[in-house]
Amino acid sequence: MSSRTRPLAVGALGLLVAAIAFPFYWAVVASLTPEATLFRAPSLWPREIIFDHYRALFDERAFWLPIRNSLIVAGLTTIFCVAVGSFAAYAIARLRFRGQSAILGFILAVTMFPQISIVSPLYLMLRALGLINTFPGLILPYMTFAMPLTVWLLVGFFRQLPRDLEEAAFMDGASRWQTFVRVMLPLATPGLATTGILTFIYCWNEFLFALSFTLGPERQTVPVAIALFRGQYQVPWGEILAAAVIATAPVAALVLAFQRRIVQGLTAGAVKG
Amino acid sequence: MARIVLDRVSKAYPNGHIASRDLELEIADGEFLVLVGPSGCGKSTALRLIAGLETPTSGRVLIGERDVTGLPPQDRDVAMVFQSYALYPHMTVRENLAFGLRIRKMTRDEIDRRVEPVAGILGLASVMDRKPAHLSGGQRQRVALGRALVREPQAFLFDEPLSNLDAKLRIETRAELARLHKRLGATMVYVTHDQEEAMTLGDRVAVLKDGLLQQVAPPMELYRRPVNRFVAGFIGSPAMNFFEGALERSGTGWRFCGRDSSVSLALPAELLPAGEARPDGGTTLGIRPPDVRLDPTGRSSGWPARVSVVEPIGSTQIVHCALDGDDPSALIAVVPAELHLEEDSTVGVEFPPEAIHLFRSEDGARLQARPAE
Repeated sequence: MSSRTRPLAVGALGLLVAAIAFPFYWAVVASLTPEATLFRAPSLWPREIIFDHYRALFDERAFWLPIRNSLIVAGLTTIFCVAVGSFAAYAIARLRFRGQSAILGFILAVTMFPQISIVSPLYLMLRALGLINTFPGLILPYMTFAMPLTVWLLVGFFRQLPRDLEEAAFMDGASRWQTFVRVMLPLATPGLATTGILTFIYCWNEFLFALSFTLGPERQTVPVAIALFRGQYQVPWGEILAAAVIATAPVAALVLAFQRRIVQGLTAGAVKG
Repeated sequence: MARIVLDRVSKAYPNGHIASRDLELEIADGEFLVLVGPSGCGKSTALRLIAGLETPTSGRVLIGERDVTGLPPQDRDVAMVFQSYALYPHMTVRENLAFGLRIRKMTRDEIDRRVEPVAGILGLASVMDRKPAHLSGGQRQRVALGRALVREPQAFLFDEPLSNLDAKLRIETRAELARLHKRLGATMVYVTHDQEEAMTLGDRVAVLKDGLLQQVAPPMELYRRPVNRFVAGFIGSPAMNFFEGALERSGTGWRFCGRDSSVSLALPAELLPAGEARPDGGTTLGIRPPDVRLDPTGRSSGWPARVSVVEPIGSTQIVHCALDGDDPSALIAVVPAELHLEEDSTVGVEFPPEAIHLFRSEDGARLQARPAE
């Protein structure tokens, strides 16, 4: 990059970061502002910092419950999806069998249904199975959209791995299974991490299914809980924003912790013999 | 160690490409056989058929006395060195070397007993705990080789293992491979597109083209007595000169008359065995560049040629000559560096009859029965 275009690029980058980060910053500021001053002339800096909203969240609303629920549902969905999805993706990427592209197309087609169109049938199925208001009752429907995503991403990662490596493992006497576990999976870790995080974020943010398939606070996830803060006569904006900040925190932490891995994953091809 | 037999092996891919046609090849126990040919000739397929990475459409593959045609690569007990090396990037050199032994459930002691000496021979002892990404190209190549050696397999397969090395390292490693083969006395099958590599390494060299085996013979026999025009042109560098023409009876001997060139010379009767039918479709005359004689005085009995380019390469020089046509490289000769040749000068050309190869034009088959020596 030439020295003349550099400041321009840095400026554009700054603008982009500001546009993305500002709403979050605004939420943080608001969550620290007393309810009474929230709707006065807005200020970029919190004039007075209070933690009342956060305290109320845990003392009065037992917010740890939806957090626990969300962690369980999103965590287990991610683990299942990555575990099962990696087998499926490896098979599609590497084995030769009939209807390969049809299967991949079908998996993609599943994600094309608008969520709202499958809520009712899913509800009926889950009720018949007695899974309404249970963790499996959320994890199973989540797989419908998380699994295709996982498989699609991982197929891409497995396809990038050089075929020679696999054949070298065969020549070394490793079975398909050993080759998968000891050679292919370790090399796909960046891909697995990226996929896992994306799946986790999707599940963590999911609202419609979580609202439809849970009945009470003991199974409600974070987005549902936040949406239901709204009372009959007032909207507790301070608490809603405090909850939003808390809900964002684990995702942000995850991404920061695995940042290097994600970048590696997205720029893969870094796998060279 | 074991012999390897390819018994009328054919391989057709689903897209209709035929990579191997009735390949018949026997590799003796302890032999170093090189498969050579232009890209797409099926040499890699042949190697992969032995490895078990491809299954033949028809025919049998034997390793030792065992029919392994239907066996997967895991059960064939052969090791392979890949062109890309295919080192496991997430493992250290030590782990890479030990991988095949671990899979076979060897004890740690046994693994060490095999890995350490191999690492020593290949000069890898100081980099055992590094990952492949932190090795030089030559070191990676050695690890790939070492991974095959520790296995102590029935046979070694090499798929263009030197093609990613620079010229100097390639020649060093080539010599090292030759030493290794002598020392281990192991059966080795080696694929390359480089005829020089094939000539220097192979006990025997198999030349392939379009999935068909052209000739399999010791290197010097390939050079001296190629069975057809393709082999003649492929083996040897610079490549053999070819001239199209016709053979005619001339007294007790023969006369070759060039069709598009002034090449015309009398050939002794011994060159073709008596009674050999005169080929109707025309004859191709071939002569290797080092066999061509150039006379700068132009006074020889030969015919004239104009020197278009002289390329000195040290002890010899490569001379491109134009005959009567427009092609400035119609004839290529390799002559001693001492011979003083001016570009654009006219020289006299002579082909010693004993160095001449004759091929039937229509299918390229060799006409002479005896070696031209």
